[in-house]
Amino acid sequence: MTRLMSGAKMVVQALKDQGVDTVFGYPGGAVLPIYDEVFQQNDIRHILVRHEQGAVHAAEGYARSTGKPGVALVTSGPGATNAVTGLTDALMDSIPIIVLTGQVPTFMIGSDAFQEADTVGITRPCTKHNWLVKDTAELSGIIHQAFHVATAGRPGPVLVDIPKDVQFASAEYMTKNKVKTNHYQPRTKGDLDQITALVEALETAERPVFYTGGGVINSGTSASQLLRELVEATQFPITSTLMGLGAYPASGKNWLGMLGMHGLYEANLVMHDCDLMINIGARFDDRITGRLDAFSPNSRKAHIDIDPSSINKVIRVDIPIIGDIAHVLEDLLNIWKARGRKTNSAALKSWWSEIEEWKKVRCLDFKPSAKTIKPQHALMRLEELTKNRKDRFICTEVGQHQMWAAQYLGFEDPNHWMTSGGLGTMGYGFPASIGVQMAHPEALVINVAGEASWLMNMQEMGTAVQYRLPVKQFILNNERLGMVRQWQELLHGERYSHSWSEALPDFVKLAEAFGAKGILCKDPDDLDDAIMEMLAYDGPVIFDCLVEKHENCFPMIPSGEPHNKMLLGEATTKDAIGSSGAVMV
Amino acid sequence: MSALKIKKGSSKHSAYNLRSNFGEENETHTLAVLVDNEAGVLARVIGLFSGRGYNIDSLTVAEVDHHGHLSRITIVTTGTPQVIEQIKAQLGRIVPVHEVHDLTVEGSSVERELALLKVDGKGEKRVEALRLADIFRAHVVDSTLKSFVFQITGTPDKVDAFADLMRPLGLSEIARTGVAALSRGGTEQTD
Ligand SMILES: Cc1cc2nc3c(=O)[nH]c(=O)nc-3n(C[C@H](O)[C@H](O)[C@H](O)COP(=O)(O)OP(=O)(O)OC[C@H]3O[C@@H](n4cnc5c(N)ncnc54)[C@H](O)[C@@H]3O)c2cc1C
Ligand SMILES: Cc1ncc(C[n+]2csc(CCOP(=O)(O)OP(=O)(O)O)c2C)c(N)n1
Repeated sequence: MTRLMSGAKMVVQALKDQGVDTVFGYPGGAVLPIYDEVFQQNDIRHILVRHEQGAVHAAEGYARSTGKPGVALVTSGPGATNAVTGLTDALMDSIPIIVLTGQVPTFMIGSDAFQEADTVGITRPCTKHNWLVKDTAELSGIIHQAFHVATAGRPGPVLVDIPKDVQFASAEYMTKNKVKTNHYQPRTKGDLDQITALVEALETAERPVFYTGGGVINSGTSASQLLRELVEATQFPITSTLMGLGAYPASGKNWLGMLGMHGLYEANLVMHDCDLMINIGARFDDRITGRLDAFSPNSRKAHIDIDPSSINKVIRVDIPIIGDIAHVLEDLLNIWKARGRKTNSAALKSWWSEIEEWKKVRCLDFKPSAKTIKPQHALMRLEELTKNRKDRFICTEVGQHQMWAAQYLGFEDPNHWMTSGGLGTMGYGFPASIGVQMAHPEALVINVAGEASWLMNMQEMGTAVQYRLPVKQFILNNERLGMVRQWQELLHGERYSHSWSEALPDFVKLAEAFGAKGILCKDPDDLDDAIMEMLAYDGPVIFDCLVEKHENCFPMIPSGEPHNKMLLGEATTKDAIGSSGAVMV
Repeated sequence: MSALKIKKGSSKHSAYNLRSNFGEENETHTLAVLVDNEAGVLARVIGLFSGRGYNIDSLTVAEVDHHGHLSRITIVTTGTPQVIEQIKAQLGRIVPVHEVHDLTVEGSSVERELALLKVDGKGEKRVEALRLADIFRAHVVDSTLKSFVFQITGTPDKVDAFADLMRPLGLSEIARTGVAALSRGGTEQTD
């Protein structure tokens, strides 16, 4: 049966066929025909954001929290350029999203028409792939391909630019399975010889470590299951990047905590001193490696990654395995079991006792205060009061609060932690929390924010209120661009150039102005009650938590330093031995 | 192993100051890339090189399979072995790219370039230019009483050498196609 329909209708039909239930968008002249079709159906919910950047981050939050691709729909010109930051963010963090943009009619392209921008040109470097559709007959096929490319292999953002005349014209609709398969079919099975080489290394390693990353999340929940099985079976220590938190539970016995620039002391020393490093879906980011020539100098390194360009990009590895994590781990476990489940348990025992010594540094300890709320303390209370909720999703903005959230909150499951890692986009967290809440209407969704980041996309309060999304905006308000201030203190001679904001809004009034609830908390004694009030409220909340203004985030490895040269906070036992003030609150 | 306290403001390291530990010699490689002949594909390849700071010594492109809509891009590039490996992996990620071949490592290959050279001159110099052209097997494709246009094909080195010799004899313009390259011998069926 052939089905003739307009391009605009095809867009909606193709989204339905792809199982899309939610689209985040903002209308304009060049997408009006599509909006007309959106109006005339009920299968796909459209969420009207307040800025196209918000639409893309919301789609990212939706995608990361569900494992399904997120979709955004925006108009030509300014709509498309506003989407660029979100696209770049998704590219850096390997988030599968499909952005549909309107374009001026094909016969006007190149004439500097009203709201014309070279969208495919502008977004070529910040998408995995993009298409300009010049013929309605190709539209449905391209949209189906776009979903394939966004989700296959290493996931990422794609963009389909649709001129207005292509939306109006009619052609035959192609269903998903009619579309000829693209040659783009990344391989998922790892090379068995290499996997066996890794098994051999596992069997003899004396000081091994699993260094896991966002790729485990990308690979799906079964990858996290297999990872847990592998850790349990081998009893090796495991650390993760910022992007991989939750793949292995924070309550797990072998968990070392996050590694890297603001990672835990024990995690970084394990990386530095190991003899076998097993990288599972991480990309040797510079926040991890520090100084390259001093990075884990005495280890053999294995790297499992689906993207061949991730391998040997920064760090040369001894055992490269190209494939999907879940597939590779399954083979790995099978081979390891078949060979007799061997590990060097005697050596592992002494490795663990060394690690226990490093843990005694208690690198996350900080000086408590009875007068002001320490940001770390606020997060520890938030953790305590929410950790029993299995359906808790945490988003963050970018800065110190983001690192503290990674350090002090415990992530038990994959896809429950949404943060902008690679691009470090201030303004990501709030719209992302909206996307997460849309996907999980009953869940507890908290955005841990800094006041400066939060202001970057604060207009999305309108979206939260309009759609009654009970997102909790937990702002650690230090009235500073805290992370910048920290760098200036430690690395730029305490010259605080433009790192504080004057004229901050009254966040409680701001919440009320939008029709939401605002809570102000500045006394440590009130904190628990205030958090409980936030949790009890059925609707969006801005929680303005006034915290210590000059707190620094430790541990910290200054850029370009090796792992064993770490700055620690004043309260850790290394520096304040015997002082009772050093005990953790 | 101890945590090292660094004094405030004492580190000169900026946020993005990292050095690579692969300090190796540069190599020149010829890559053959088979791509879908679709709008923007060349921009993707060139954008990859400029965006990631790779060198392009020479680049040629033309459709080679009208039925399959495939084009072949030949790129000559210079970098350390690790950079060359990255370039190939990065090219392989581009969705419309079908195949990436490194002709420099995949057995021996032939490389050819075509150049047109305009040489203005009279008298002795003109005779000398013609004589040298003959030695290099360059053809005269245009001539006036005061000028020649020579066409030469060969390796880039040969074209360079010919151009160097023509310079004192009145070389006024040169147009080069860039390198086209194929592996030597028959096609082996792998897989
Ligand atoms: C202020 C700030 C401070 C930061 N500090 C730290 C820090 O201290 N510690 C830290 O860890 N990070 C930190 N980050 C984040 C950091 O910048 C990187 O984003 C992060 O380390 C990258 O994580 P990843 O290596 O897991 O890679 P990701 O970006 O998650 O990449 C995933 C990798 O897995 C691969 N992959 C994807 N899918 C699959 C699959 N199915 N199978 C196999 N492989 C797959 C991809 O090809 C890629 O190589 C910080 C960020 C900010 C903004
Ligand atoms: C869009 C954007 N602009 C600038 C930066 C640089 N930057 C990184 S952290 C930071 C300060 C963030 O301040 P805030 O949100 O208040 O968080 P805090 O560090 O105080 O917790 C800045 C300006 C960035 N990451 N993103």
